[in-house]
Amino acid sequence: MIEIRQLRKVYPARGGGREVVAVDGVDLDVGAGEIYGVLGRSGAGKSTLIRCVNLLERPTSGSVVVDGQNMTALNARQLRAARRRIGMVFQHFNLLSSRTVAGNVALPLEIAGVPRRERIRRVGELLELVGLSEKGRAYPAQLSGGQRQRVAIARALAGRPRVLLSDEATSALDSQTTAEILDLLRDLSRQLGLTILLITHELEVVKRICDSAAVMAAGKILESGRVADLLARPDSALARAAFPLDGTGREGSHVVDVVVRGAQADQPLVATLARRFDLDVNILSASVRTIGGQTVGRLRLELPGRGTANTTAALAYLAENGLIVGDGPTTDVSQVLADDQPVPEEAGRVESRVAPTGPEVDG
Amino acid sequence: MNDLIQNGTLWEATQETLYMVGLSTLFTVLGGIPLGVVLALSDRGGFATRLLGRLLGTIVNIGRSLPFIILMIAIIPFTRAVVGTSIGPEAAVVPLAVGAIPFFARLVEAAVRGVDPGLVEAATAMGARTHHVVLKVLLPEALPGLIRGLTVTVVALVGYSAMAGVIGGGGLGDLAVRYGYQRFETDVMIVTVVLLIILVHLIQMLGDATAKRLDRR
Ligand SMILES: Nc1ncnc2c1ncn2[C@@H]1O[C@H](COP(=O)(O)OP(=O)(O)OP(=O)(O)O)[C@@H](O)[C@H]1O
Ligand SMILES: [Mg+2]
Repeated sequence: MIEIRQLRKVYPARGGGREVVAVDGVDLDVGAGEIYGVLGRSGAGKSTLIRCVNLLERPTSGSVVVDGQNMTALNARQLRAARRRIGMVFQHFNLLSSRTVAGNVALPLEIAGVPRRERIRRVGELLELVGLSEKGRAYPAQLSGGQRQRVAIARALAGRPRVLLSDEATSALDSQTTAEILDLLRDLSRQLGLTILLITHELEVVKRICDSAAVMAAGKILESGRVADLLARPDSALARAAFPLDGTGREGSHVVDVVVRGAQADQPLVATLARRFDLDVNILSASVRTIGGQTVGRLRLELPGRGTANTTAALAYLAENGLIVGDGPTTDVSQVLADDQPVPEEAGRVESRVAPTGPEVDG
Repeated sequence: MNDLIQNGTLWEATQETLYMVGLSTLFTVLGGIPLGVVLALSDRGGFATRLLGRLLGTIVNIGRSLPFIILMIAIIPFTRAVVGTSIGPEAAVVPLAVGAIPFFARLVEAAVRGVDPGLVEAATAMGARTHHVVLKVLLPEALPGLIRGLTVTVVALVGYSAMAGVIGGGGLGDLAVRYGYQRFETDVMIVTVVLLIILVHLIQMLGDATAKRLDRR
């Protein structure tokens, strides 16, 4: 539904500053009906990327194809028509304070030249869709943040778009309201077959509703794919952030991070290692979550005796069974994800650690 | 003093002031809003639009730097061409509007620039054209600010209208000057000044109340 190829956006130097390469050769594919999250910390270029999709920002080079239409090739009139089929919601809602809730939802319909009678009917439908039928006459200033974002979502859906872009739509909301808005987006996506591209700096958002995700830093995509797949990948920054592991182990021991998925999670892994290789396996930390209906767990194990035959054999066994995630990050994750995520660093290399995390289950 | 009230001179002067201020306000709004919007938007457009913006900006600055009395006399030929005469309240409306339009236009520009750019962006993302953005987003959102700017402008017009006596515009200000200042009839001066104070006060109150009522933020 959205295909982005080799997208670059360079802001020219201003007032003595250097030019900024906000988006640096990004490829992204969002399938129809999918919820795709782009995760990255402040300044990673996420907003610039999403604004290039509906050409609020014109890319310096590269192509953006939405629903089969090459956005950069359209003339002004075609571009306006294309934009009417792409909804957008924003972090600060961007509702008109001069219009009522109903008036705000009606705005895109007015712009599209929908007749008044039809507009009124459609606004009623949309407000019902987002659960705000009672609030049509209220002004945005009289609503809570969550309600305002619902109005903005209704407005974005007015023209029956097939694609919804969301620029940090929940970043100004508390966690309870965030969850409600995310659930609403997921329901709408399913109900309307809506494709959603969202950007966020909150891992929680990706975990809660995204089918696929990309991690972005310094204008580049570091990793992308289906969330469930990413979480099982050895070098995934997303997985490490989603499963914060803690503990360094003792001098001379071998520390290894292991990931288990689905049926594997039911296997008595630690017992197997102990029995087969006669090892006193120590669980330093573990984190288990249900994401996208699948149970995924990450464990940090300490095997005694670095380099001994038994430990080496145990490592080989883990690797054979595709369980090993590796014994250290290959990229510095703390640079990739937002500061508010506790991010584990490589075992054995780190002196001090923050926020010990026990096993936890959610979802 | 009593003469002036009995023979209706005072009432007539009040009417002249209301007429001059009212009509010039109308033209100021009609001219100032489009001009202010163009000034606010021009630096976002292409080369030609930016050039137009610069040009209009320069004209506006010149218009605002001329002392009103000089402007009034300088544009007499223009006034005559527009209303057919260069004296009387009708003739005074022309320089009053010409003087107030650049003033109000700058206030309109400030109010329009004060609208959250995020709203313009949201409208653009909906496929809005420029006229949609101006008519449905910028002007409605700037409305409380426009009303406040207009209030300031109308009060300024009341002040300018006092000088309209020079070209026979009449009005309260003119009365104060002719009787109070030139003939030392202090009581006339006081009465007219009090009337002007009341007028300005009413305008300000009306403007504040309207702006407040329209402000939904
Ligand atoms: N209009 C602009 N002109 C110049 N530089 C810009 C502009 N917009 C963004 N940038 C720069 O581009 C880089 C990426 O910005 P962007 O807003 O896309 O980041 P972001 O990932 O959305 O961050 P945040 O989470 O803070 O919103 C930043 O270095 C920023 O300063
Ligand atoms: Mg951003």
